Amino acid sequence: MSSFLSIRNLNVKLAQGTPILRSVSLDVNAAQVHGLVGESGAGKSMIGKAVLGILPKALHITGGEIWLDGTDLLTLPPSERRKRIGAQAALIPQDPLTALNPSKRIGPQITRRLVDILGWSKADALDRALELLDEVHIPDPLRVMRNYPHELSGGMRQRILIASAFAAEPKLIIADEPTTALDATVQKQILRLIAQMQKRHGTALLFVTHDLGVVSKVCDSLSVLYAGKLVEQAQMRRFFMSPIHPYSAALLAATPTYADPTGSLTPVPQSVIDTVEQEVAQHDMRHQS
Amino acid sequence: MRDAQKEMRRPLGLRLWLSGGWLFALAVGAILAPLIAPHNPLAQDLFAARLPPFWDAKAEPGFWLGTDSLGRDVLSRILYGSRLALFVALVAGTLTCAVGATLGMIAGYYRGWPDRIISRFVDIWMAFPPVLFAILLIAVLGTGIVSIIIAIVIIDWTRFARVIRAEALGQSAMDYVASAKIAGRTKFSTMLTEIFPNVLPSIIALLTLEMGISVIIEAILSFVNLSISTDSPTWGGMISEGRTSVHQAWWVLVFPLITLFLTVLSFSQLGEGLKDRFDPVLR
Ligand SMILES: Nc1ncnc2c1ncn2[C@@H]1O[C@H](COP(=O)(O)OP(=O)(O)OP(=O)(O)O)[C@@H](O)[C@H]1O
Ligand SMILES: [Mg+2]
Repeated sequence: MSSFLSIRNLNVKLAQGTPILRSVSLDVNAAQVHGLVGESGAGKSMIGKAVLGILPKALHITGGEIWLDGTDLLTLPPSERRKRIGAQAALIPQDPLTALNPSKRIGPQITRRLVDILGWSKADALDRALELLDEVHIPDPLRVMRNYPHELSGGMRQRILIASAFAAEPKLIIADEPTTALDATVQKQILRLIAQMQKRHGTALLFVTHDLGVVSKVCDSLSVLYAGKLVEQAQMRRFFMSPIHPYSAALLAATPTYADPTGSLTPVPQSVIDTVEQEVAQHDMRHQS
Repeated sequence: MRDAQKEMRRPLGLRLWLSGGWLFALAVGAILAPLIAPHNPLAQDLFAARLPPFWDAKAEPGFWLGTDSLGRDVLSRILYGSRLALFVALVAGTLTCAVGATLGMIAGYYRGWPDRIISRFVDIWMAFPPVLFAILLIAVLGTGIVSIIIAIVIIDWTRFARVIRAEALGQSAMDYVASAKIAGRTKFSTMLTEIFPNVLPSIIALLTLEMGISVIIEAILSFVNLSISTDSPTWGGMISEGRTSVHQAWWVLVFPLITLFLTVLSFSQLGEGLKDRFDPVLR
């Protein structure tokens, strides 16, 4: 099994030197779903942004490799890198409102991608966009293409973003908490839809979430991140049966569906937090000089 | 909630119509002034001095809004004055908008050193009191219509730069901009086709507001006699002349003042109305 995306010892720092990602290594296999979990602020989104080349200006990659389909993106000249990322990767973002341009109709926003990335004609792109909207179960796609984003519900918008992400048939999709902005019932539908689309298109998917319950449903493998440091990377089954790192185990215990659906939740104990914090500090010590 | 919004929007249509209607009528009057003005605005007739407006018993037919102390027809002078006022509004407003909005867009979207330079200039600019600044500039540039326009652009571009920078900055942080970047679009193309449409409503509102402000600045400069050569009529000049004879002939002061007021008000109201029209989220 080959990994389509392979991140090696990726270090990302703030301009003034604060580490945001600490030597992260992570693999996403072709046509598989890899979960990326960790608490808020752990740096999950920054991993996705580093891969897609959209890190905020204040953050810099200070070392490491990002292999996409056998090429280290960080060794490519910027224009070449952009072209590769555009052709091979796409993003399903967290907030479906800000991810669509509020002043443009839905149709052109989808077709534009096909024109930009694949160089298709407008007419071909239009046909394909209709097909895609149908595929993500949007009723009356012709009408929706003429709508503005604010005229649609959050669930509809997220479906459109899914359609748009899969539009140019990328080999890798990064989904950054694609369901957190939605209510519980819609969340389930969207989750199922993403899983369906991923299978049908054979796309590698990096699924960012802080919900282990979600991971258990859609992922083949997962990584656990704490304070920008990878705590554990494992296959799903092995992870849920016997997590190696105490932080992983504590995270599992804190997840209602797995520990005990009816009982009370166990917060991550302080001793475990201390352990990971110590590991993080050790890492920083080693990389100081 | 929806209904409440609709209720709120109904008067907006009215204000758009009223302000647009006034400005349209004024524009037609300005363009057709040589055809429709009842008198030569410069013709003096001391026997017809200080004639009151048409409803007064002592009014003379044909002098609808009366005459000033030199016997010149007030209505004709207002009509001719609107030519200069509207020309300055249009040209100065558009140029100010073009300069300020472009700089604001570059600062807010590209950030980095362009932003640092532009923002620093804006800060320095804002420290000058605008009217004093205008008079100082005219003193340096000399009087005349070109000087007025240049002065307005130099003074007021910061208004656009500041607002548009903030809006472009906000839009740049949106995920749709990131998506365009992932898809391989250039920064410039993203700015024009993704950011610009979202900033456009604000640009339009500011543009019409700026046109109103240009009218005021032109009137102030005419008032202190720093505008164009004195013999062609200006609203500011009329107000200044009318002020001296307000006890004998109030209409010489009041009619140009009302015209000025309505015009400035209409420009600002038109901007607000158009902004709502153009904003897809409010529409
Ligand atoms: N523009 C920025 N400038 C400086 N620091 C930033 C910036 N964006 C993010 N960070 C920092 O990077 C760290 C990682 O943020 P990131 O958004 O990746 O977290 P996350 O794991 O995705 O959390 P969440 O679950 O809340 O989305 C945070 O500590 C945050 O403070
Ligand atoms: Mg995040």
